[in-house]
Amino acid sequence: MQEGLLEKITEDLSDDDLGLLLLIRHFERKLLDLFGQGLVQGTTHTCLGQEYVPVALAPLLGERDFVFSNHRGHGHYLARFRDPYGLLAEILGREGAVCGGVGGSQHILSGRYLSTGIQGESLPVAAGVALHLRDAEPGALALAYVGDGTWGQGAVYEALNMAALWRLPLVVVTENNGIAQTTPTSAQMAGTIGDRARAFGCRFLHVGSRDIGEIRDGLRPLFERTREGAGPLVVEFATHRLGPHSKGDDTRTAEEIRRARDHDWYPREGATVSPRFARMDAEARAFVEVVAGEVLGRPLSAREG
Amino acid sequence: MRVAESLNRALHEVLADDSSVRVLGEDLLDPYGGAFKITKGLSSRFPGQVLATPISENGIVGVAGGLALAGGKAIVEIMFSDFVTLAFDQIVNFASKSVSMYGRPLRLPLIVRCPSGGGRGYGPTHSQSLQKHFIGVPGLAVYEVSPFDDHRELFGEMLARGEPCLLFEDKILYTRQIFEDGIADDLFRYDVLPQAGQVTRVYLEDPEQADCVIIAPGGMAHRALAAMRTLLLEREITCLLLVPRRLYPFDVAPLSPLLERTGAVAVAEESTAGGTWGAEVAQQVHSRLWGRLRRPVSLVHSAASVIPAAAHLERDVLVQDTAIVRAVQELLP
Repeated sequence: MQEGLLEKITEDLSDDDLGLLLLIRHFERKLLDLFGQGLVQGTTHTCLGQEYVPVALAPLLGERDFVFSNHRGHGHYLARFRDPYGLLAEILGREGAVCGGVGGSQHILSGRYLSTGIQGESLPVAAGVALHLRDAEPGALALAYVGDGTWGQGAVYEALNMAALWRLPLVVVTENNGIAQTTPTSAQMAGTIGDRARAFGCRFLHVGSRDIGEIRDGLRPLFERTREGAGPLVVEFATHRLGPHSKGDDTRTAEEIRRARDHDWYPREGATVSPRFARMDAEARAFVEVVAGEVLGRPLSAREG
Repeated sequence: MRVAESLNRALHEVLADDSSVRVLGEDLLDPYGGAFKITKGLSSRFPGQVLATPISENGIVGVAGGLALAGGKAIVEIMFSDFVTLAFDQIVNFASKSVSMYGRPLRLPLIVRCPSGGGRGYGPTHSQSLQKHFIGVPGLAVYEVSPFDDHRELFGEMLARGEPCLLFEDKILYTRQIFEDGIADDLFRYDVLPQAGQVTRVYLEDPEQADCVIIAPGGMAHRALAAMRTLLLEREITCLLLVPRRLYPFDVAPLSPLLERTGAVAVAEESTAGGTWGAEVAQQVHSRLWGRLRRPVSLVHSAASVIPAAAHLERDVLVQDTAIVRAVQELLP
């Protein structure tokens, strides 16, 4: 289903899914724009090209489920809360920031959503939360997003071992975009994620599709089995990062970047092909402009407690 | 009662009183009951609350952090405190930061128990006192077990704190008797000052009458008492010993009147030299009491060395009571 995406988006995708995809896309673009203007402190990592992963997973998750995100988590957050105001305020340190501006782009806690800034750190924590859920709230699960580079961390294996041993309701979603900061996966990973997951007795699914409906249909029963006590599930998305690692740090060749763009779900020409796409694209772009303008007009954030 | 039994009893009570508390660690299950038997009997009595884990310190502390994050409470046993370095990320970058880095206070009731210290010939990677590496981490409290403390109360205080706590337990103490009824031995009495987070004060007859103050955590208690005995009987020097329950955060201000009275202060700890907890305490004492001190605060710590396995070599490196005697004598020439 890799090449049929444009059609799917213009015909089959619900307005809700398409709206969310476009919200994340324009949010991230705006962020890079604000970066260029010197309005964003520190660093930030966009998920351009990977938006469809959290959008596909969103309806598979319930309110009692915990989501653990990583440094590239804006899409994860927006797919769960649809709260661009709170997220942008957090990144810009303005009033209404989800975490008062203390956490910034990489460290966000909101209800049952948490991101940490250290690769692999969240997996043991997610296993601990899954342990609590298994016993206290059966049927709920913990889902942790990691990148391909995170599989270099020992914490991943300690967590998988315990999660499989104790049959924890844990889902590990790997967004394998083929590059860890500037290091290609081929230069930092021996073997495969699938083999590593299977070595611990974890169920594993490789997802090459970017078709949201197909992804959901494939994952729904696997998530259900995890909720029912089948133990951890590892999902690997073969995806593509369009943008740089953080701001201007893209070391990829033009050819590599072009290859990533070829896999982009966002069809630039789609705006002219489908009236619905064009309309919703323009709406999302305009909405993000409104969000940015409004948030930039807010006073600086204050820290609680 | 021995300190090991007291800690064990306290854990039994903690688990009985609160079913949301879980104890995790390696080899905790009965009949073994942990390498030092501090968790003995717990898994039989509270099977759902005790979890034996793989050898995965970083993972275990992370799991414990997750339990605490989700509304539970967790107590982790690190078999030998030396291995807590493997969990440094989860302690420093996750647990301690989580209580404040999300812009609002978050409760994370987590205790990491660390059997520490030398004197048993376990060698360089099983004998360290790593307290100093955890001093000054925002959102992290560092405690040390003492034979003067009510250990049930100690666990209660740490869990109520709502932020991650490290509890160092000197392995040598496990086999020693706890002190009771205000009597340390035939010479010395003790009481507990509510100030500065429950500091035990050990004295000869009158706590107001002393030539020197020794500040030392619980694992040093017996060595400090032995030094105080020697100083008294051989040199007629009277010492007041202050044993803090909590090493960090530690505020010397409430103790200032006691320190000022003598103007002679020694800090003793088993950590190896360099960047120590004692240096942090000394800095605070100097800042508050400079001009009223007779001499700079004296630091007593182990040598800047790995801790050898052979008994005679280990003895040369670790703090002995004679080192405390020497330090006090230098303060009072």
